[in-house]
Amino acid sequence: MTDASLTPQSPPYLPRLKRYARALVGMLQQFRARPLTLLGAAIVALFLLLAIIGPHIAPYPYDAIIRGAARLPPSPQHPFGTDRLGRDVFSRVLWGAREIIAIPGLATGIAVFLGTCLGMFLGYIGGWVDEIISRVLDSLLSIPALLLALVMLGTIGPSPVGIVIVIVLLYIPIVTRVIRSATLNIRSSGYIEAARLRGEPVVYILFREILPGVLPALAVEGALRFSYAIFLTASLGFLGLGVQPPSPDWGRMVNEARESYARTPWALWFPAGAIAALVIGVNLLADGLRRIFRYEGQV
Amino acid sequence: MIQLPVIAANRLCIDYKLDKQWVNAINGVSLVINPFETHGLVGESGSGKSTLALALMRYMADNARIESGEVLFYGENLLLKSDSEMRRIWGRQMSLVPQDPLASLNPAYTIGEQIAEITRLHEGLSRPAARQRAVEMLERVRIADPEAVARKYPHQLSGGMQQRVNIAMALSTQPKLLVLDEPTTALDVTTEAVILDLFRSLIQENRGAALYVSHNLGVIAQMCDRVTVLYAGEVMACAPVDELYANPLHPYTISLLASIPRPLPGHETRLPTIPGVAPSLAERPRGCVFAPRCPVALQQCFDEKPPLEETGPGRLVKCHRWREIADGTLPVETPHEPPAAQWPALPGEAHVLNVEGLSKRYGSRTLFSRVAGDESRFVQAVDGVTMRVRARSTLGLVGESGSGKTTLARCIVGLETADEGRILLLDVMIPNMLRRRSRAFLRELQMVFQNPNDTLNPYQTVGQALERTIRRLKTEPLTPERIQARVIDLLAAVRLTPDYAGRYPAELSGGEKQRVAIARAFAANPALVVADEPTSALDVSVQAVILNLLKDLRAREGASYLVISHDLAAIAYLADWIAVMYLGQIVEEGSTEQVYSAPSHPYTEALLSAIPAPDPRIKQGNVRLEGEVPSAAHIPCGCRFHTRCPRKIGAICEQEEPPWREAGSGHRIRCHIPIEDLIVLQNSAP
Repeated sequence: MTDASLTPQSPPYLPRLKRYARALVGMLQQFRARPLTLLGAAIVALFLLLAIIGPHIAPYPYDAIIRGAARLPPSPQHPFGTDRLGRDVFSRVLWGAREIIAIPGLATGIAVFLGTCLGMFLGYIGGWVDEIISRVLDSLLSIPALLLALVMLGTIGPSPVGIVIVIVLLYIPIVTRVIRSATLNIRSSGYIEAARLRGEPVVYILFREILPGVLPALAVEGALRFSYAIFLTASLGFLGLGVQPPSPDWGRMVNEARESYARTPWALWFPAGAIAALVIGVNLLADGLRRIFRYEGQV
Repeated sequence: MIQLPVIAANRLCIDYKLDKQWVNAINGVSLVINPFETHGLVGESGSGKSTLALALMRYMADNARIESGEVLFYGENLLLKSDSEMRRIWGRQMSLVPQDPLASLNPAYTIGEQIAEITRLHEGLSRPAARQRAVEMLERVRIADPEAVARKYPHQLSGGMQQRVNIAMALSTQPKLLVLDEPTTALDVTTEAVILDLFRSLIQENRGAALYVSHNLGVIAQMCDRVTVLYAGEVMACAPVDELYANPLHPYTISLLASIPRPLPGHETRLPTIPGVAPSLAERPRGCVFAPRCPVALQQCFDEKPPLEETGPGRLVKCHRWREIADGTLPVETPHEPPAAQWPALPGEAHVLNVEGLSKRYGSRTLFSRVAGDESRFVQAVDGVTMRVRARSTLGLVGESGSGKTTLARCIVGLETADEGRILLLDVMIPNMLRRRSRAFLRELQMVFQNPNDTLNPYQTVGQALERTIRRLKTEPLTPERIQARVIDLLAAVRLTPDYAGRYPAELSGGEKQRVAIARAFAANPALVVADEPTSALDVSVQAVILNLLKDLRAREGASYLVISHDLAAIAYLADWIAVMYLGQIVEEGSTEQVYSAPSHPYTEALLSAIPAPDPRIKQGNVRLEGEVPSAAHIPCGCRFHTRCPRKIGAICEQEEPPWREAGSGHRIRCHIPIEDLIVLQNSAP
């Protein structure tokens, strides 16, 4: 057997950082082996960068109307052209990146956090509490997203905060369901029962024993929700329920450009293309994460 | 006239693609199966036995390839055949009985349709004729009501019935070669015995050859004519079954046979073990593959691969030293530590655990059923169990699956809350509900779980898991250094080096995980450790290590065990006292010697009779239980066992609950048959 060397030679506790670093390297290698995932990650990274530095590198303010420059096609001066009022589309797309990432990002973050807590709790305790809350959440799932958004924003008035609230309300049931089912798979494991047998409090079991196990599901779900949230935010912007004029919103830019599409098609192409690129990028990333974690989510 | 062998593999090499790299799984294996022969293929997990068995049918996983060698089926090389030629051979000339009976049946078709499809395809039978043949086949595998079963879907049948259907399918075209890949591993021991009897007679009737793959040396001994022993993808030995078991020549075979716990009690001794673990596919030793674990390995064994030599008629062995072993000059003795010093038994009748009238039922406790007083939807898993565990001893709890033994254990540790009854730990009553139990009670009552793969959190190192348990259950404040020292101490107690503390469970083998789980259970010097099937997921050689370890720890820590198992042989080695459970009740209890010999409850008798002895000269007992454990939702009245009891004496068994009958010195049997009659009945049994 192994009892030949029972005296400690190497430190029994390897530095934790080293192990994390190794895990990270393994993950990066996984990324490298999947070019599409890498592409998705690159797109997301680019947009995140734009969200941060966009307003600083934009050649014009978002609401600047350049005199005599209305309806110009793309040129070195105006890479994305100008719209019918003479605003630089490139600058407006850059300025808009911040909102299209911040609003869905914040909303998704809140929804995923609350949904994870609730999902783990319901999945772990089970019983009638789980039964009742899960059924209520299931019934919320049946409400069409846009309908709820229109009703809510129509009532409280269009605002970024309103959009965040709508997305959070819409996504909590979905995230809860996914995390709950991931928790159910873990709940009957020997290590959870061992934790119960040493009298661990519920909070410890949820966050120290179960949470690491649902993290893969969480990462995939988070990325996926984020991409849907972007789409929803853009849709609401398109319907005029998002950030109000004149601040730039990709969805509303698409709507405004629609009316003069015959004469300034570029004013529609670029914001629409930006939305598409971002959503596709996030989706590629989510898909790659799912494969990397070998997680079969039920979405 | 020389008969062509049914199947002959010549120097077969099979590789697997793992992480873009080909690794060798089967290395130059030659194997001959003659007509009318049942050939056993035995090996531990990872030895490549399933790969080899399926490759003999030219049936390969997607990531596997046959690198070299040939497979001759009646002299024709299967590897040169096209897929469409193979499809005519598969199912018609060779067929497979798989390990998982349910997974190989299509859930969307009835049993009858599935069996009929085979003969329609291969023999061109018409629908009604094929249907008729299907019913006949079901009758041949002794299914009581074949017409009704043919109309059922797979999920409506029990595991034993599903496996009968699989064998009916496999035999419906009278194949020349029948491959049985661990066909009874998923079944209860009593069902296994019935299915083995069935296999034996059907293989004989079929007049073809069979390849029986198993890790269970008992089953192989009972079923096969010749046996091939596989280790790390190489043949270690091949011999007629009697010679292999009576006179093994290879050190691996010798060690493997020695490490099996025998059904007869032998507490004083320790099981000999095989040190180390089987080599992984990627890093196979250069010389003899078994050399690193071999007790008699020489330098030559590490340097040069021994040839597979013929040592006698039909006997092959791959060892440099077989001649010395054969003439008796080289005794192969596997490492054998003396048993650890036992704690002195406590005076008198001290009990660490008393369970009184414990009951647990499951069921849809809906508001409606409660108001209506509807009791029929309850499943009574444990029904008024009273039992005791003596201090510093081991109580073995045995029974088939569905007997309620796991539920009983979970109620005791508190993972399930008992509905009724009292649990006394060290003569103090403890709450049935886990949440109400104080830390002192938690400390004294710990558990080892069945599945080594989920017993440790994959995201925590071994050290973190042990530290947390120590910190939670400690009796006094401990400094971090003291806790680390205790972790190392615990690891040493389960024969693991301190560097295991930094490893994640994914880096451990199944046996090592189970050792860490045992260390965790002992982290706070518990009075009672409940172990639920602690070795049933492990290989024979690893099982021996764990059984020894459990025994040593009990001696060292002065703890008691409640061990649950369906394996009566393994439990005989561990337990001093046995309780036999059937349908939520204990039907017999007594010391291990008492329970394992006459008189015993007819149920115990059947369980013992079903054990396949790892010795071809000892025939399996002939008491068989027909049918399955009845559902706990519809418990038979009178004696619960009367529906299956081979010794039922009459209407009294169906009407009255049997009394407890004392058989002397604490041995009790719950049966209508008086003890004296049981002795006569069971001693006269052949």
